[in-house]
Amino acid sequence: MSFEILKKHLQKERPPQKIKVAETQPVQVEVPLGLYEDCPFCQRKLNKETLEKNFFVCHHCEKPLRLRSIDRINMTVDAGSFIEKGKGYITLNPFFDKTYDDKIIENKNKTHLEDAFIYGSARIDAEPCVIGVLDSHFMMGSMGSVVGEKVTKAIEYAYLKKYPLIIFVASGGARMQEGIFSLMQMAKTSSALYLLDQAGLLFVSVLTDPTMGGVTASFAMLGDIILAEPKALIGFAGPRVIEQTIKETLPEGFQTSEFLLKKGFVDKIVPRPEMKTVLGRILHYHA
Amino acid sequence: MPKDQSILDLEKKLDQLLKERDSLTDEKAQGAMDGVIDALHQSMKSLTAWDRVLLARHPKRPHIEAVIDALFQDFTEFHGDRFFGDDPAIMGGLAFFNGLPVTVIGHRKGSNTAENIETNFAMPHPEGYRKALRLMKQAAKFKRPIMTFIDTPGAYPGIGAEERGQAEAIAQNLKAMSHINVPVITVILGEGGSGGALALAVSNHVLMTENSIYSVLSPEGYASILWKDASRSKEAAEVMKLTASDLLELRLIDGIIKEPIGGAHRDPLAFYKSLKDALRRSLEIYLSRPDDALIYGRYQKYRNMGFYQRFNVRPEESK
Repeated sequence: MSFEILKKHLQKERPPQKIKVAETQPVQVEVPLGLYEDCPFCQRKLNKETLEKNFFVCHHCEKPLRLRSIDRINMTVDAGSFIEKGKGYITLNPFFDKTYDDKIIENKNKTHLEDAFIYGSARIDAEPCVIGVLDSHFMMGSMGSVVGEKVTKAIEYAYLKKYPLIIFVASGGARMQEGIFSLMQMAKTSSALYLLDQAGLLFVSVLTDPTMGGVTASFAMLGDIILAEPKALIGFAGPRVIEQTIKETLPEGFQTSEFLLKKGFVDKIVPRPEMKTVLGRILHYHA
Repeated sequence: MPKDQSILDLEKKLDQLLKERDSLTDEKAQGAMDGVIDALHQSMKSLTAWDRVLLARHPKRPHIEAVIDALFQDFTEFHGDRFFGDDPAIMGGLAFFNGLPVTVIGHRKGSNTAENIETNFAMPHPEGYRKALRLMKQAAKFKRPIMTFIDTPGAYPGIGAEERGQAEAIAQNLKAMSHINVPVITVILGEGGSGGALALAVSNHVLMTENSIYSVLSPEGYASILWKDASRSKEAAEVMKLTASDLLELRLIDGIIKEPIGGAHRDPLAFYKSLKDALRRSLEIYLSRPDDALIYGRYQKYRNMGFYQRFNVRPEESK
């Protein structure tokens, strides 16, 4: 089979490269000013301690807040088991747009992230897995060349290690600043997932708020099991674009997790406090 | 070419001159006009990116029906996705290409208002992509090469499309096309708009016609989202790298098909000829390849696409 060749290729060329990349655990990064202070949905004041105990679900309106990737990992994996992989990527700004450079720097300073995606190996309920998380606080988690490459790397890493792969999606779609390159990341990530099909490995995609556009239309919708958080916005075209096209207002609850469950595109809606248990159980089934 | 004149203005002027010339009876006067016409014709050679956007969307641009008529023999259209319905925005079927049976799939735009409405201006619904996938899987079963023709502003943003899983349909196509074991050849005929185009374009050989465009969103969308000013779409077209020559330079496509001066619609027969030659050549390359090489080559091609750099991180720096 062709993928035997690919496997050899991956084993031969990828791991022992000249570049030495640190494999470290993410450090606790200070929460930036403003984040988790007011609920973005009901605008009421939040109490930080209650919030953390409550899995970052607003205690006024019950809406899950958008999480930083670090908080997501901390609440999902077994304590201390996460080892970050694939660090050290930067985008090269294909259209040489200065405002994009500025935006990247601004977002880096704000989030202490390289780009919108981090991944690494971890254990959930003692089961080893590869976990990847998109961070909506970094340019709305949009997929450009770096995110596309790192998602593909995460898939290849799971393939080589024979681990199941879990990706938490939170993204506004393709990164428009990178134009056609972002589009090609859709093809790249989707075709890489075929490796896992070949090797009989599990891919669990967890859709959180928001999951839109080119990310939904590629790896997010290709999970063997697709979970979703309650009340998340999930869809292909943005609600405003649809309203402008059809010149009508959209029905209540359109493009929510509950809507997708009803239409048959999501396996299960899992509230945040149960997420770890459910993921652990799914990993046990496939162990 | 004068800067403030678009290709459409030039075209109008040229058509007018040609009409005037035909109405003249005096051969000398005709000869004098020929010089002017020729100069004007030549000035259509140098096009801006925005001119190419206009040409890609030109209402007279050869559409898939005409292309199939000219390039293939005995085309039979097949309908439906076997689940929900038939999407007129994507057409597909079987035909002979130089005597070889092939599966042909492409976006249908229609050439008048009634057809435009029927085909939803080539903006497909999920059932269109699922029909395409069904036909591609069939092609794989019977070992037929697949040729796809792209001409769409994008997948349709509507209530029904979302309800039936537009994103899921596109994602399944991307994954399935990447590992299909027959040659897949794609020609971007006009507009290659976003995921709606890519869902039929994960191919061994992606060719673009000279005046087609391929991008993640329209120049109008780029200008209004990133610059908050939709009127700067001309400027956006220049920076977006959406023309065939730009994309070939970035190695995101594999080849360019020459068009007659002023666009494919000005001399369709010459256009079909170069299109047919290009398809024949790329089919020759890929027909002889074994399945594994087809899949592996296609995978590697998309695997390597991206514009980024990896740098060295020392452990102490990363803390």
